[in-house]
Amino acid sequence: MPMLMVLALVAGWPLIKTIAYGFTDASLIDPESANFIGLDNFTYLLQDSYWWSSVWNTVVFAVVSVSLETVLGLIIALTLHAHFPGRGGLRAAILIPWAIPTVVSAQMWNWMYNDVFGVLNHVFLLLGLIDDPVAWTASPDTALLSIIIVDVWKTTPFMALLLLAGLQMLPQECYESARIDGVHPIKVFFRITLPLLKPTLMVAIIFRLLDALRVFDLVYVMSGNNHNTMSMSVYARQQLIDFGGLGFGSAASTLIFLIIALFTIMYLSVARVGRES
Amino acid sequence: MNFKKFRRLLGKTAFCLLLLLIVGYTVFPFYWAIVSSLKSGAALFKVEFWLSDPYWENYVAVFREQPFGRNILNSLFVSVSTVVVSLALALAAAYAIGRIQFRGRMLLLFMILGVSMFPQVAVLSGMFELINALGLYNNLLALSLSYMIFTLPFTVWVLTTFMRELPKELEEAAIVDGASPLAIVWHVFMPLMGPALVTTGLLAFIAAWNEFLFALTFTLSSEMRTVPVAIALISGASAYELPWGNIMAASVIVTVPLILLVLVFQRRIVSGLTAGAVKG
Repeated sequence: MPMLMVLALVAGWPLIKTIAYGFTDASLIDPESANFIGLDNFTYLLQDSYWWSSVWNTVVFAVVSVSLETVLGLIIALTLHAHFPGRGGLRAAILIPWAIPTVVSAQMWNWMYNDVFGVLNHVFLLLGLIDDPVAWTASPDTALLSIIIVDVWKTTPFMALLLLAGLQMLPQECYESARIDGVHPIKVFFRITLPLLKPTLMVAIIFRLLDALRVFDLVYVMSGNNHNTMSMSVYARQQLIDFGGLGFGSAASTLIFLIIALFTIMYLSVARVGRES
Repeated sequence: MNFKKFRRLLGKTAFCLLLLLIVGYTVFPFYWAIVSSLKSGAALFKVEFWLSDPYWENYVAVFREQPFGRNILNSLFVSVSTVVVSLALALAAAYAIGRIQFRGRMLLLFMILGVSMFPQVAVLSGMFELINALGLYNNLLALSLSYMIFTLPFTVWVLTTFMRELPKELEEAAIVDGASPLAIVWHVFMPLMGPALVTTGLLAFIAAWNEFLFALTFTLSSEMRTVPVAIALISGASAYELPWGNIMAASVIVTVPLILLVLVFQRRIVSGLTAGAVKG
């Protein structure tokens, strides 16, 4: 099959090469003259505090933004599940953030976050929420949070649509009997909707977690190679391209691959369980 | 009774407020980008929510100050070629996986799904070497080739799902009539798969159009950049004087066609997205 050959060329071969480079002292300028240095790159990597801060940033980013997205996505999905005039219009509106390229969303929000001229500071000052303009993306206290907010804005639609599809597949009988018994809607949600929606929720959450763990463009465009917000992917690319450390950067890439592979195996087992049930 | 009526009214108002809140939250940032793109240098630095007189100079400046027209053509070339090649490859593969019985079929499908979870950065250095070896550095073909890593698994996966739902009798009739596998794909499946192809093609197009990491790493000169890289790297006289008007104008230019596409094909996109994730 030609498809397999292409996939082997663009996925298999580069992956093997990357892993192999991880054990050498290759440099970007002269990849040919690489020496095998065993696990040196990995031991050095595990001692680099910048690596650990990038791991920590990525984990915080992934966990916080996926949780917020799930809650918001669920609210939007439940809203869209109700019948009201203009439902199609609302669905169209929530697709807009999804359709906007990540780089564009990053720049749009960068502009809204601008410390002197940004609309967010303007509104927050008017509402009296803050006393002085805040440098949202520059200050170490708010930089990661600002990035998380953009990610939540951008990916909540995807979550909402997946959950809506899940909601629409739920059996109607349970709801009817609950209504006849006069069960309170909130109780219905926690006792019927949430348990029934669990498989969809699990798949959607893991799907998004995998995506969030490899985040690159959003972080890179919003704050560049800043160590306060640097994600694992940004770290690996900086070592690899900006510092020219082909071997060391590859070692970081390999570690990221292993971390994400672990999650992928989890995803596949959940998907398989979902398929069997 | 009155109390009940009041509660109902309250509930309705709350629901309407919720709707307004959701629409405002999703639409406002893009609305703000459009408004900002139509402001002149001085007006840009005053917060005004309505536009009194539109100023189009930013849209001209984007094309004058950098090769933005070229960047758009680059993005179009890369995205279209990626979509066409991956659809052709994926259709043949989906036929094989969905229809022909062979050993390790499930394993193959899970492997493909696994590749779609690859972090792009994990193959970055290997891909860099591959592209250098092929002599494609700073060449658009490098992007078309490397984008296969995320469009192929996805298109194969979704097309296989669609292929499985088609009735088997159709192709059995074609086999009885003596049609070759390629003829079956071309004459029997193509017409039926039309909608699925449009959906997956559109999703692959959006993914390729938006890609940043490879485009940033494998191109060097500003003439070879794709749109996302160009927008990310627009800079002014100094780091503190970013030309926000130009950035917003460029953002609006590349986003409006995308939003129109998405709104026109709304239903198909939703079904394609959920087929890729939920049914899998």
